[in-house]
Amino acid sequence: MNELIRLLSYMICIAAFLGLNLAYLGWVERKGAGHIQRRTGPKDVGPYGLLQPLADGLKLMSKQLIVPANADRPLYMCAPILTMVPAVLLFVAIPFGEHLVPREFNFGLLMMFAFASVGGMSILIGGWGSGNKYSLIAGARAVSQNVAYEIPMLITAITIVMITGSMDLNEIVRQQGGFFWNWNVFRLDKSILMPVSFLVFFICSLAETNRTPFDMGECEGELVAGYHTEYGGMGFGLFMMAEYANLVIGCSLTTVLFLGGWQCPFGLFPGPHWFLLKMYFLIWCFVWIRWTYPRTTFWGLLNLSWKYLIPFSLVNLLLTALFIKVF
Amino acid sequence: MSGYFKDIITGLKSLAVGLQITNKEFLTKPITLLYPHESVKMYPRYRGHIELVKDPETGMNSCICCGMCEKGCPSGSISVKSEKRPGVKGKVLTAYILNFTTCSLCGQCVENCKPGAIRFSNEYNLASTRREDYIFNLLEKLHPEGIPEPEVDPELLKKELEKAEAAKKAAAAKKEAAAKQEAAKKEPAKEGGESKAEEKS
Repeated sequence: MNELIRLLSYMICIAAFLGLNLAYLGWVERKGAGHIQRRTGPKDVGPYGLLQPLADGLKLMSKQLIVPANADRPLYMCAPILTMVPAVLLFVAIPFGEHLVPREFNFGLLMMFAFASVGGMSILIGGWGSGNKYSLIAGARAVSQNVAYEIPMLITAITIVMITGSMDLNEIVRQQGGFFWNWNVFRLDKSILMPVSFLVFFICSLAETNRTPFDMGECEGELVAGYHTEYGGMGFGLFMMAEYANLVIGCSLTTVLFLGGWQCPFGLFPGPHWFLLKMYFLIWCFVWIRWTYPRTTFWGLLNLSWKYLIPFSLVNLLLTALFIKVF
Repeated sequence: MSGYFKDIITGLKSLAVGLQITNKEFLTKPITLLYPHESVKMYPRYRGHIELVKDPETGMNSCICCGMCEKGCPSGSISVKSEKRPGVKGKVLTAYILNFTTCSLCGQCVENCKPGAIRFSNEYNLASTRREDYIFNLLEKLHPEGIPEPEVDPELLKKELEKAEAAKKAAAAKKEAAAKQEAAKKEPAKEGGESKAEEKS
């Protein structure tokens, strides 16, 4: 019974947290984009445009759902839902605070990667099911990109697992306690390449969440709108929300693995506020990067992964193994 | 192999420079003009519709109502209405009507105006859904608070009154003379010599 209450309360909390984030990250992104380009961004709906997400949501919900004539109807209908499932599910393993974990798995990290792959698949399903050549190209691109970037990401994650000796995300955070030089980014005693490893992971999470400069799946200039070209109303809305949910998850995971999660940098008052602070800082970096860099070419994207990220993450893996064995 | 690491370092450096630039732009003030709430101050040489020039000394227009603008307008968009007032030199402008729906902003009227009473305005916020909104009375636009009466010169008024009186007298005299003549005509046999004498004088 106690377990059931715990489960229900976490379901509600995560739904609320996710809903709030999905709505207002869109606002943050538009406001950030505006100010970076010396515009003002949304400002008319509510003070500072704060009611804009509400207005956008209402608009999307009031739209008719149109299924294209040559779409694969069941696949077309289930793709937006499928893209949302892993996005919501993955929050179950993220430790917001020491005792603020929906469920403590001893294989949390594995679960994260397992379900994150479903996101790529749902993009392919959406692209295929639309019966549109642009959507199909976008889906194929998204999958090959996800395959290319999952490898360095996993190798980097294995490095962390080797250092901490655990796949439990909360345990990984616990081991990074004390001052900030205990964070995995600065663990130069385990491998001198740890900062590089952090950079590799960060770039990979950019690519995994299909964010600019790696948004080959929805490049407007070439593929209309990519895999969600044929989606209108809340179908498109779900794809959009899943993108932001993946953004939150990617940043949470980076925070947990490298930046000490809920640990304070100075060993004082660790708690969820530190986790949120670090996560939102990373999200802001994502927004900042998106409005700074142009989109890469597909060639450049795969080149970066196979020629730079994978060799570096492999070298780091070997170095870590060596350091752990020697010291 | 040396090119490989060099590429990474220069690439990362250029990425950092890009981030710095956007960060700097993020922290500076937006330059967007929020149009319906505020609008651009137009440049002085912008050619909007014509307007009457306010004479800084008298606070009135300097139009002499010659009608050259009206005559010169290729599309017949201008009509100048004027009248003569007692005690005021020249004609007084009562309405300067510009039909902006047909105006092509050619500037012939401004070229033709000898006293320089009209010029191009800087107004550009003219969107409307009603045709009547484009028939401007420029005199009313010049004096939105109400058209002031032209100043009456008392000496001129006196002179004019005298002149009018003299004219009246002359007219009366003429009338009298005409009446006399008529009377004389009626009786030409009786007083023929008298009329001849009058002619001589």
